[in-house]
Amino acid sequence: MSKVIEGLHYAESHEWVKVDGDIATIGISDYAQHALGNIVYVDMPEVGDEIEAGDVFGAVESVKAASDLICPVSGEVVEINEDLEDTPDAINNDAFENWIMKVKMSNPAEVEALLDAAAYEKLCENE
Amino acid sequence: MSNRYMPHTEEDIRRMLDKIGVASLDDLYSDVPSEVIFKEEYDLPSAMSEIELRRHFQELADKNDLLTVFAGGGVYDHYSPSVIPHLLERSEFYTAYTPYQPEISQGTLQYIFEYQSMISELTGMESTNASMYDGATATAEAMFMMVASAKKKNRVVASATVSDRVLAVVKTYAKFHGVDLTVVPEKDGVSDLDAIKKELEAGDVAGVIVPCPNKYGIIEDFTGFADAVHAAKGLLTINADPSALAVLKTPAEWDADIACGDGQSLGMPMQFGGPYLGYISCRSSLLRKMPGRVVGATVDASGKRCYVLTLQAREQHIRREKATSNICSNQSLMALYATIYLALMGKKGLVEVNKLSCDGAHYLYNKLIASGKFTPAFEKPFLKEFTVKTSLDMNKVNRRLLENGIMGPIVLKNGLVEFAVTEKRTREEIDKLVTLMLED
Amino acid sequence: MKYYDKLIFELSRPGRQGYELPADKYDTDGIADIPAGLLRNQELDLPEVGELDVVRHYTNLSSKNFGVDTGFYPLGSCTMKYNPKINEEVAAMPQFAGLHPLQDAESAQGALELYYNLQKALANIAGLAEFTLNPYAGAHGELTGLMVMRQYHISRGDTKRTKVIVPNSAHGTNPASAMVAGLEVVEVKSKPNGSIDVEDLKPLLDDTVAGIMMTNPNTLGMFETEIVEIAKLVHEAGGLLYYDGANLNPMLGKVRPGDMGFDIMHINLHKTFSTPHGGGGPGSGPVGVAAHLTEYLPAPHVFKKEDGTFGVTRDGDKSLGSVSTFLGNFGVMMKAYAYILSLGKENIRNVGPMATLNANYIKESLKDDYLLPIGGVCKHEFVFDGLKDKSTGVTTLNVAKRLLDYGFHAPTIYFPLLFHESMMIEPTETESLETLDEFIDVMHKVAKEARETPDMVKNAPLTTPISHPDETTAAKKPILSYKQMKANA
Repeated sequence: MSKVIEGLHYAESHEWVKVDGDIATIGISDYAQHALGNIVYVDMPEVGDEIEAGDVFGAVESVKAASDLICPVSGEVVEINEDLEDTPDAINNDAFENWIMKVKMSNPAEVEALLDAAAYEKLCENE
Repeated sequence: MSNRYMPHTEEDIRRMLDKIGVASLDDLYSDVPSEVIFKEEYDLPSAMSEIELRRHFQELADKNDLLTVFAGGGVYDHYSPSVIPHLLERSEFYTAYTPYQPEISQGTLQYIFEYQSMISELTGMESTNASMYDGATATAEAMFMMVASAKKKNRVVASATVSDRVLAVVKTYAKFHGVDLTVVPEKDGVSDLDAIKKELEAGDVAGVIVPCPNKYGIIEDFTGFADAVHAAKGLLTINADPSALAVLKTPAEWDADIACGDGQSLGMPMQFGGPYLGYISCRSSLLRKMPGRVVGATVDASGKRCYVLTLQAREQHIRREKATSNICSNQSLMALYATIYLALMGKKGLVEVNKLSCDGAHYLYNKLIASGKFTPAFEKPFLKEFTVKTSLDMNKVNRRLLENGIMGPIVLKNGLVEFAVTEKRTREEIDKLVTLMLED
Repeated sequence: MKYYDKLIFELSRPGRQGYELPADKYDTDGIADIPAGLLRNQELDLPEVGELDVVRHYTNLSSKNFGVDTGFYPLGSCTMKYNPKINEEVAAMPQFAGLHPLQDAESAQGALELYYNLQKALANIAGLAEFTLNPYAGAHGELTGLMVMRQYHISRGDTKRTKVIVPNSAHGTNPASAMVAGLEVVEVKSKPNGSIDVEDLKPLLDDTVAGIMMTNPNTLGMFETEIVEIAKLVHEAGGLLYYDGANLNPMLGKVRPGDMGFDIMHINLHKTFSTPHGGGGPGSGPVGVAAHLTEYLPAPHVFKKEDGTFGVTRDGDKSLGSVSTFLGNFGVMMKAYAYILSLGKENIRNVGPMATLNANYIKESLKDDYLLPIGGVCKHEFVFDGLKDKSTGVTTLNVAKRLLDYGFHAPTIYFPLLFHESMMIEPTETESLETLDEFIDVMHKVAKEARETPDMVKNAPLTTPISHPDETTAAKKPILSYKQMKANA
């Protein structure tokens, strides 16, 4: 049973979003890290990149699988988690603690379209 | 039904059909609509025994002429030590599949690791893949790598001094994949840095491709190229002859980001065009954008050093349409060829091969110029291949050479001809070549 | 025998050498004419070893490999048939191996004749008009074939056809090749038996579709019985049909792709025509086309002149361009040609039926212990969805690794993606009944072990030179060269 945290927003493509003002912190869910297995690489965008909601902003790779990261919100990348360059498997240890990037949102209302914890939990159960 | 490659006796077939529960072999195809069943006879010869087959191949072989080669054009008549074909004929190597089962493929995996190590030595670059089809497709893949790394930029600039045959393939790949490729005209036989800078200034350039040596055999001076390209946030690819890199300034020393080229010059038989291999090396920061297979070192459960295919999540069998490339093989056995060649030649031998070839080429060049029938085309440094201008009717001359068992120079446009000399040529052969050419 | 794990670099001793070259008799110093700024300064750390060192080293490495000559390779979709030795011998003849690709056609008539004859033989076997032998591998053939498809539409001014339909059960290269060729992939669903769902296909066929990529039999080894209907629908919609030749083997002697309505296909000479896989290559992926597409094939191309001699065209007006430096992997083609001549028109007829017979025999013999999701007669291969008894926890991976202990190569595993525990088995026609029976016995034995001593099976392989390599660390901190290995030590 994978962990889901209350108060975060979730995308159907298994990214989570934590909102703080107009800054969105984005990572992948515990369910996603379980499905991938040992993560060996996280492909991240560059600070300053402009990303639209629905764009691929990177990828997470395990030994025999890869999954694109899809951005749930639009905006500018203001920070990436550089620790993941050396220790990508930190996501396996704690997918919520080890975020991937922070985005300054251009349209914070987009968050409303995402799933809440209960809805996401249901989605995972059905997959 | 039985022949030497199909061991089924009538009794075997009967037993197997019984087990399957069908009456006849035709019943195994009862699901195929009869309108598409092939009922005619194949328009092919009747089966040949080994005796007949060998005779047939000998008849074909007799229609080919083995020539004393003074041409290059990307394929060089270098010497291949006799050890190599003997080792390649070990069927544990050549009848093996792709090493997806590392437990029973350490032989293949380790030689690919050695191959990667040796190509990285030659190019000076950190990361090399397990090999590509040929130098031209490797260059096209390098173009894709540059575009994939640049994310939103879609233009690539290539110097017109890159081999025409390589450019032809790069253009095909660019056209279909939707890369905006600009070929920048040469200046005095070499890449035109000013013109390349103009393209960079125009923007949207993901990378630049230049050759070493170039299509005329000239060793170009890339001073300032990498700086210009990097200042425009682009990448620099050098298409280089790997054999020549034993003596020429390496792609890494030129501060290039990707090196690629054809491995044929590493002693591979010319074989009428293939198989050879293409190589790609790059900075480790570009590793994840590199196409094709990669072998990495690791340890097994008991701590033994071993090798595995790695970084597979980049590849087509996992990424499908999101992969950067569709390649799903390498020229593995040719990589073994190159590895054994480089092991035998070693750090000194490969330098000597280049020196002998270079001395022969300069000896020929000097003789041609001294004859008065040839004039320098560019006055630029060269290694084993060079281009000169002539007023001779070279088609006629080449015909005469062919009658004498010699493959003469490649005839380019505007009275230019291109010669190549390898360590296999002798001073006597060169003297004979020149005498025959001047016979008029 | 002792475990050999030296790298060639570790045998190196300064001053040792494995070559000898003639003395330099030129009174010139060519390198001295090259400006120092264009010469290498970087150290060149290649090994310095003697000839015998090299011979023993690579002989030792070969002993850690498994090949078709070592044992049975039931590797689905890879067609690991026997590689006849005579083919190696004729392909190594110096009068072929020593040919420069740019030498005058007149001086290479034997090579060109062989090349031309192979083009024609493949066209006849495929039921198509013309072949190019330039592509280097199956995936390269797919790419070339899709370029033909696009070039055809573009040359007719039909530029909006940018989509290609690919079944979700297709080999991974299909969508990847489409992407490289600049086509957008549209997936069509498979029915539970892996066949294309014609009802799902129909709405996809509009005027933006360039064509469809299929293999028949499909990746489950089942014949697409509705192929005639599919071909009609795709053609009516203005699209072309591409045949992935990966599964051509069972069709030899029975069905020609051209007769099923396919317009373009590639053949893997290293599968269907027995050329060795070489540990991953070189292969050869010739592409054939129907009569209305021949002018789009890549350059250069070999043709027969009116006087019966052979020539090479470098370019054509409508040709898609070049996909290879020269004429492809000629050395590989020679072996395929030798194989076709060895079989002749009589024996080629039996290849498909014998391959199909072998596959069905294994399937019927093992379906008591292994889960057969799709019943009925298969073609050259079939798929089990792991062990029938799922209570043991023994996976397809475990079974595959245990087979290595018994001297068999593993089947293709976890492909196709339609099942969780896919185990794809293809025996090919060159295996005897005795070999198949041995394999069947071992598979039953492994199933028994899974029931009785599951932990042992989960730990397999137990007898191979290495076991359970750490692939995670390899991917996380890639060590790709001896230099990096030393730096990491």
